[in-house]
Amino acid sequence: MVEVAHAVRAYWLIAALWIRASMAYPLSFWTMTVGGVLITFLDFVAIWLMFSHLDSYGGFTLREIGLLYGVTSISFRLADMLVGSVEKIGQKVRSGDLDAMMTKPVPVLAQLCADRFELRRLGQIAQSVAVFGWAAPIVEWNPQRLAVLAMALVSGVVIYFCVFVAFSTIQFWTTDASEFANAFTYGGNTIMQYPMTIFPLEVVRSLTYLLPLTFVNWYPCLFLLGLHDPFGAPGWFRFASPLAALVLVGVTTLVWRQGLRRYRSTGS
Amino acid sequence: MSLIEVRDLSREFTIRKRVGVVRRTSVVKRAVHDLSFEIDAGEMVGYIGPNGAGKSTTIKMLTGILVPSGGSAIVAGLEPARQRRELARRIGVVFGQRTSLWWDLPLRDSFELLRRIYRIPDQTFQRNLDDHVALLDLGDLMDTPVRQLSLGQRMRGDIAAALLHDPEILYLDEPTIGLDVISKGRLREFLRALNHERGTTLMLTTHDLQDIEALCDRVIVIDHGTAVFDGPLSSLRLNGDASRTLVVDLVDEAPAISVEGAQVVKVEGPRQWLSFPAGASAAPLVAQVAAAYDVADLSIHEPAIEDVIRTLYGG
Repeated sequence: MVEVAHAVRAYWLIAALWIRASMAYPLSFWTMTVGGVLITFLDFVAIWLMFSHLDSYGGFTLREIGLLYGVTSISFRLADMLVGSVEKIGQKVRSGDLDAMMTKPVPVLAQLCADRFELRRLGQIAQSVAVFGWAAPIVEWNPQRLAVLAMALVSGVVIYFCVFVAFSTIQFWTTDASEFANAFTYGGNTIMQYPMTIFPLEVVRSLTYLLPLTFVNWYPCLFLLGLHDPFGAPGWFRFASPLAALVLVGVTTLVWRQGLRRYRSTGS
Repeated sequence: MSLIEVRDLSREFTIRKRVGVVRRTSVVKRAVHDLSFEIDAGEMVGYIGPNGAGKSTTIKMLTGILVPSGGSAIVAGLEPARQRRELARRIGVVFGQRTSLWWDLPLRDSFELLRRIYRIPDQTFQRNLDDHVALLDLGDLMDTPVRQLSLGQRMRGDIAAALLHDPEILYLDEPTIGLDVISKGRLREFLRALNHERGTTLMLTTHDLQDIEALCDRVIVIDHGTAVFDGPLSSLRLNGDASRTLVVDLVDEAPAISVEGAQVVKVEGPRQWLSFPAGASAAPLVAQVAAAYDVADLSIHEPAIEDVIRTLYGG
């Protein structure tokens, strides 16, 4: 725990510096932020257009898909803003920056994640929040549902954080694997924007047991909408997001340690 | 106990090579092999050797970046590989060819961030900032983003940054690479002062042997991962086949001078070059020559370290 506290402190020290630096040019900051909103807005417009030909997709209405979209995108884009820089491990190895990080008295992972922290990504998060806000009225909110939503969002950020770190760590073995990591991070988020009912069972199973992204939005949203899993997954899965996040944190810790160990015995 | 103690330190790398479509063979490369040395507090040591000799690998093990595959290293009473972050507070590292400053941020911000990362007490920070910024002439550059600094300015910024937390040891990897003569001179002067006034232990790897001449009392020469020489600069010259040269300007042209203990290697008009062993004294030789010939002028040339080291690598 002390270790985590150290890491978080170091992370915010570095991130705060980058935030201050980006604020030095307010015009550029706001243009980029608003640009982020517009670009990601088009993302949802694509789904919207699809619905001009359909009434429902995979048994879900546009607003229901908006709910799925909102929950996964808020989590994903928060994680991307907070730790997305970690995908530059390969570059940091090649440039020698990683060596410099290793001679500083704070955790390397915190330094990697906080490097070039981009507050302007808040623009993309704003778009996700807007889509969620538009879809939210279809849920009959009560305290349990609010609690499950909060749990899902926190777990979602943690799950995507793990996906970013674990798949970026592969670059310790092959330094050019950043595209590979993107397939699982950005690709994962894109898949989760759709209802699982449009995918074959094997895909849904993989996204539950291998790479547990369904716990980010699918199972919790089923609960929010008062639905049962069409694939017959156990009912408690709808509350299991924190458990999935915890397991993933464990696996990611192992992968990260192994990756760093490899670097420290090859130096390249 | 010495500040840095290295015992039979080794680091092997396994390099996998592809042969054919799927078959691979692996070759074990010994980057550092059974290396031993000790460095006491306050020393200034030059760590030199040809490319690929194992210099960087050694420094990476002494800073805790790389884990040794054999032997041990103790730095400031700590085991670098296991206590890397604790050690980081006690050492400063400057890599000549890259910066550990934040590229897009002004020096001032980088220094401020380091103050917080290292938890440097305000008083220490202010004193070091005042001292180093003045001595390294960084005053006007504090608000310039690092990427806009020249190589020499950036290097000075990097050195100031590495010293903010009062490290006991400063590792410098090629600190003067790419710098002009004046910048090199000023940097050497600063490092000498740092060592004299604060007692900071310096270990530097370099290809510039003038760095060594100007700074280091002691030289460790490494080749193929092992130390081939460890001692004071003066005895490095005695080592190997090095020889000194006595240049004699005679009043008139004359046939080759014949004296005991030296050999004429070149004659050019009235000027003659006599080679004699680096370990021998020049005094009797000069006396002999002066007694037997009409001498207009005399000078003694020390062997160039480059040549000395070349003979070491050769052997």
